[in-house]
Amino acid sequence: MSSSRPDAGGAAVLGAAAPSAPAARAGARTRRRPSGPGAAPYLQAAPLALVLLLFLVLPLLVTAAVSLWDYTEFTLVPDATLRNYREMFEGCLSGGACGTLRTYLSTLRLCALTLAVTLPLGFAVAYFLAFHVRSDGARTALFLVCTAPFLTSNVIRMISWIPLLGREGVVNRTLLGVGAVERPLDWLLYSEFAVVLAFVHLYTLFVVVPVFNSLMRIDLRLIEAARDAGASSPQILLHVVLPLAKPGLAIGAIFVGTLVMGDFVTVGVMGGQQIASVGKAIQTHAAYLQFPAAAAQSVVLLAVVLMMIAALTRLVDVRREL
Amino acid sequence: MTGASASRWCLGALFAAFVAFLYGPTLTILVLSFQGPEGGLTFPMNGLSLHWYRKLFGGAGVVDIWAAFGRSLRLGLAVMALTTLVALLGGYAFRRRFRGAGALFQLVVASLIVPSIAVSLGIALQFRILDDWVRGLAEAGRLPAWFPEDHATLMGLFTSGLGAHLTWTLPFGILIMFAVFNRFPVEVEEAARDCGASPWGVFRYAVLPLVAPSLVGVALFGFTLSWDEIARSSQAMGEANTLPLELQGLTTTATTPEIYALGSLTTGVSALVIAAAFVAHGLARRARRSPR
Repeated sequence: MSSSRPDAGGAAVLGAAAPSAPAARAGARTRRRPSGPGAAPYLQAAPLALVLLLFLVLPLLVTAAVSLWDYTEFTLVPDATLRNYREMFEGCLSGGACGTLRTYLSTLRLCALTLAVTLPLGFAVAYFLAFHVRSDGARTALFLVCTAPFLTSNVIRMISWIPLLGREGVVNRTLLGVGAVERPLDWLLYSEFAVVLAFVHLYTLFVVVPVFNSLMRIDLRLIEAARDAGASSPQILLHVVLPLAKPGLAIGAIFVGTLVMGDFVTVGVMGGQQIASVGKAIQTHAAYLQFPAAAAQSVVLLAVVLMMIAALTRLVDVRREL
Repeated sequence: MTGASASRWCLGALFAAFVAFLYGPTLTILVLSFQGPEGGLTFPMNGLSLHWYRKLFGGAGVVDIWAAFGRSLRLGLAVMALTTLVALLGGYAFRRRFRGAGALFQLVVASLIVPSIAVSLGIALQFRILDDWVRGLAEAGRLPAWFPEDHATLMGLFTSGLGAHLTWTLPFGILIMFAVFNRFPVEVEEAARDCGASPWGVFRYAVLPLVAPSLVGVALFGFTLSWDEIARSSQAMGEANTLPLELQGLTTTATTPEIYALGSLTTGVSALVIAAAFVAHGLARRARRSPR
């Protein structure tokens, strides 16, 4: 294990198996020096690194640069101006109407509402799967049942709510039928309620999976010990299970939070284009070819999202607890 | 004991409700897609027919949907192949310590959680600047002769679009490969090597059959995530729209169940791919067990 790590051979094999000549050469070099790390892992990681550099890092750097550019109706003008940021926060400091702040508050509100539902719901579903389903086969099957919708289209899953929530939809008809309401409810579709409902529908899985993962790692003897020591079920849940599920909950919150913060599709479709969100603001600027303004919005969004993640990872030391 | 079984029943009921919540709406539009010709966007069913599917396949109602269907399919297959290959290689690389491994992993995670609109906009800006640069070269007459003269933009399905999709599919692929290689029995490789297998032989006959079932999972994620992708596609596709983008456009204009027929068909493709993946997964596992 020490001189030649068992996996080194496999890595070298892949280096040799890669079609390009440099890769084959690297494979040969690794064979000559089996103890050294060799070039194989670098060549194997290269395509991944290349894709991420070209389509993630570079675009974000370009965005940061363009956010400092000027623009006219027709062209972008390379510059180093703070115009876009100034315009974004116009009125915010003087206490006037500040569109950006309102947009962020609206988006953060959606975020908070969505988390308030997805975290407990995701936890409950994961808890059921981890502790109440006894056979491994059934657990895997039920887990797959929960995951499969994730592999279908988000837009279609949003459209699917129309026949249920519309003015003439199933819910309103039922409510009218039993006499619970006198007129059809308008706020069921194309409203904040509809947006949050769609988020819960689409993203609860992102809480279920990491929490399930955390729960499955819990040593059942801990729970037995707590019970032997006289803890009640709520106490066990609160003082044993929940603390151990915290990393999963934090990861779930990061997923859901970032997905909601940057969303513009769900807010657009389910909000009937009435609700403000940061993602929609960026999309609108881009649609009017005001790219530097869109870039500035994008940079601020990234900063806010990074701060959210930093706060969440500080709340729970994910790495230590994994 | 009664408390425990009560909680079991409550959570069981909640779980059942959750599954109904997940699948109910999709099944609703599946049912409504079989509306009669006079049927509307909601219940009641006005007869039962294949009218809206016929209309969809006739191409009369929704313009150019089949072109978008084909584009999404081709892009999905390309993303699937590249995701599988790059994730397999990348996953292998991470089995050994190499300089920059930590940073690369953080980049993979970042790719997953950076807001999609930021990625999409960034790629669009990058290609816009690239186009300006190419145009500058063309005006200076410094482009090679083989470069098409009527070139308008480098943006497209298989350039910016492909890249945008890979930033979304690769993190899932890498995370799956991580899980696979964490449980990978190294003894098999060692045994194959001890038996005199060549490096290629070890890979082909020991490693590949072991990871093949999981590669099916990576491929499944690669295709379906691309097939349904919309947020990262929004700015990065250039002229040609993918199917989800067309569908999003239709949400505001659709007045007939034809959109349900299209939606059910799209979900059908996803379901078919998931089913195919299960079959392939089973076959790969069987091949792994069978003696050679």
